Amino acid sequence: MKKILILGGGTAGTMMANHIAKKIPAREASITVVDRDPWHYYQPGFLFIPFGMYTKEQVKKEKKRFLPKRAEFVQSEVAAIEAAKNRVKLADGKTLEYDYLVIATGCKIAPEETPGMTDGWRKSVFDFYTYEGSCALAEALRSFRGGKLVVHVNEMPIKCPVAPLEFAFLADAYFTKRKMRANVDITYVTPLPGAFTKPIASKAIGGLMNKKNIDLVTDFSAERIDAAKKELVCYDGRVVPFDLLVTIPTNMGASVIADSGMGDELNFVPTEKNSLRSKTFENVFIIGDATNVPASKAGAVAHFEAETLIKNLIRSMKGEELLQTFDGHANCFIETGFGKAILIDFNYDQEPLPGSFPLPVIGPMSLLKESVFNHLGKLAFEWMYWNVIIKAIPIPMIGARMSMTGKKIPATITGGENGIEDLRDVRR
Amino acid sequence: MGSKTYGTFVVETNDEGFMTNFQQWNKDIAAAIAKQEGIAELTAPHWKVIDYMQKESAAKGSAPSIRAMTKSGVVGTKEFYDLFPGGPAKKAAKIAGLKKPVGCV
Repeated sequence: MKKILILGGGTAGTMMANHIAKKIPAREASITVVDRDPWHYYQPGFLFIPFGMYTKEQVKKEKKRFLPKRAEFVQSEVAAIEAAKNRVKLADGKTLEYDYLVIATGCKIAPEETPGMTDGWRKSVFDFYTYEGSCALAEALRSFRGGKLVVHVNEMPIKCPVAPLEFAFLADAYFTKRKMRANVDITYVTPLPGAFTKPIASKAIGGLMNKKNIDLVTDFSAERIDAAKKELVCYDGRVVPFDLLVTIPTNMGASVIADSGMGDELNFVPTEKNSLRSKTFENVFIIGDATNVPASKAGAVAHFEAETLIKNLIRSMKGEELLQTFDGHANCFIETGFGKAILIDFNYDQEPLPGSFPLPVIGPMSLLKESVFNHLGKLAFEWMYWNVIIKAIPIPMIGARMSMTGKKIPATITGGENGIEDLRDVRR
Repeated sequence: MGSKTYGTFVVETNDEGFMTNFQQWNKDIAAAIAKQEGIAELTAPHWKVIDYMQKESAAKGSAPSIRAMTKSGVVGTKEFYDLFPGGPAKKAAKIAGLKKPVGCV
C-alpha cells in the first residue's frame, strides 16, 4: 500500500486525485489531498464577475464535493516540504509521510513585488485574479464615470496569459453598452514586445486591439506605481497615467515552495518538461501552475498534463521508464466582447495558427479568428469544467497532444495592417 | 533558419536575429550586434552581464530572465535597463549570442 500525497486541491490537484482514484486501485494506494482553502473556485469566472456577466456565487463551490470519496481531505496550510525525507510538515506541526508526492500548489499574485502597487490597492489599483479582487473590481467598474482605464501585465509568466487581453476587450464592450465608451480611454500595457507572446497570434490580436481602439504600450516593465499621482512608471522613464488601473501583478509560486528550498526565482518548481517529474526528486511530480515548464499556466494545460502525469505515476510505482509525452499543449478561448471569442491551440514548439477546430473545414470552431461559436464554446466550458475537466474525464475529440489537423500556416497575417507595429508612444 | 550580417560578420540566426550557432560567437561580433541594438560601446559592466548570462545559459539551457539576473546580484534592475535599454534580458541575450529568454508563454 503506497501513500500518494497531493498538495493543493485546486484545478490541477483535484483532477489528479480523480485520475488516481480511477486508475490506481484503493488496495494499492491511498490518496491524501492537503489544501488550506475549503472552497474550489471556477477561476475562468473571475474574468466575468467585474462585468456582471457572472455572479460571485456561481464560481465558488465546496472543494470536497469534487474530490473522490476515497481521498482524505486535510484542510491545512503546509509549513514545509521535506522531500529528502519523503514527508510534509503541516502548519499545526503534524507530519504527513508519503511514497509519492504531487505538487499542485499553483501560483498567486504578488503585488508587493512592485513598489507602490499596494498603496492604491482596491482604491484605484485592482486585480481580477482573486475572488475578492474580482468582486471589488465589479463595484469599481459600476461606479466608473470615465477617464483612463489601464490594463497592465507586470511581469511574465502569468496564469492565463490571455485573460488580460480578454479583460480589455470585454471592457470595450461593457462601456460601449453603457454608452460611455467615448469617455473611456483603454490602454493595454505589457512587458512583451507585442499583444501576445507568439508572433502570429500577437499580430492578429494586436490588429483586433487597434480595431477596437485599445492603445497598446509594449516592452514596458514597471519600476513602480505612483498611487498618489496615479501613474505607472517604467524603468526606461516612460510614464502611463491612469484613473483606474487593472493590473496583473507578478505571479509567483506558493511561499511553501520557497520556504522548502524547492523553487526557482519565482518559486516555481523545476520540472522535467515532457515527463512532469521533479528535476531533483524521483518520487515527486508537479502539475499545473506550480511547475516551471515553459507552457501556459492554465486549467486546460493542467488537464493535458494530467494525462501524462497519471501514466508516469503508475510507471514510477512499477519501476518502469517514464513517458516523455507532455508537449506543452494549450487550448484557450479569448473572449473578444459582443458575444464573440477567438480560440487558440498550441504547444511548446507550435505557435497558435489560424484554421478550424477540432475538425478541418467543418470546425465548428475557428482558430485565431473571432466567432460566435467560439464564445458559445467558452460559455459551455463552465459546465465542462465542473463535470468533465476536474473529474478527469477526457474531452471528446481533443487529445492530450496537440494536433495539426485543421491548422493553416499563413503566408501573411490578416489580423490588421497596423497590428503590433502601431505602437502608440506614451508621453516622455 | 537564416543568416544575418552584423558589422563585417555573417552569422547563423533565427528570424529575430538571435544567433543559432554559439560556436560562431566572439567578442567582436558581440560589439557589432550591440551597435545594431543602439549600444555604441560595450563597457566592463556590460561584459560582466554578458559573461554571467553565458555561464547561466550553459548551466541551465536557457538565458536568464530579468528577475533571475537581478536576483543573482550581478546587476541591479535599474542598472540593467540603463545598460541594455528597452528589453534588457532580451537585448543582452542577443548580444551574448544566446537564445531569446523564455518566460514568454
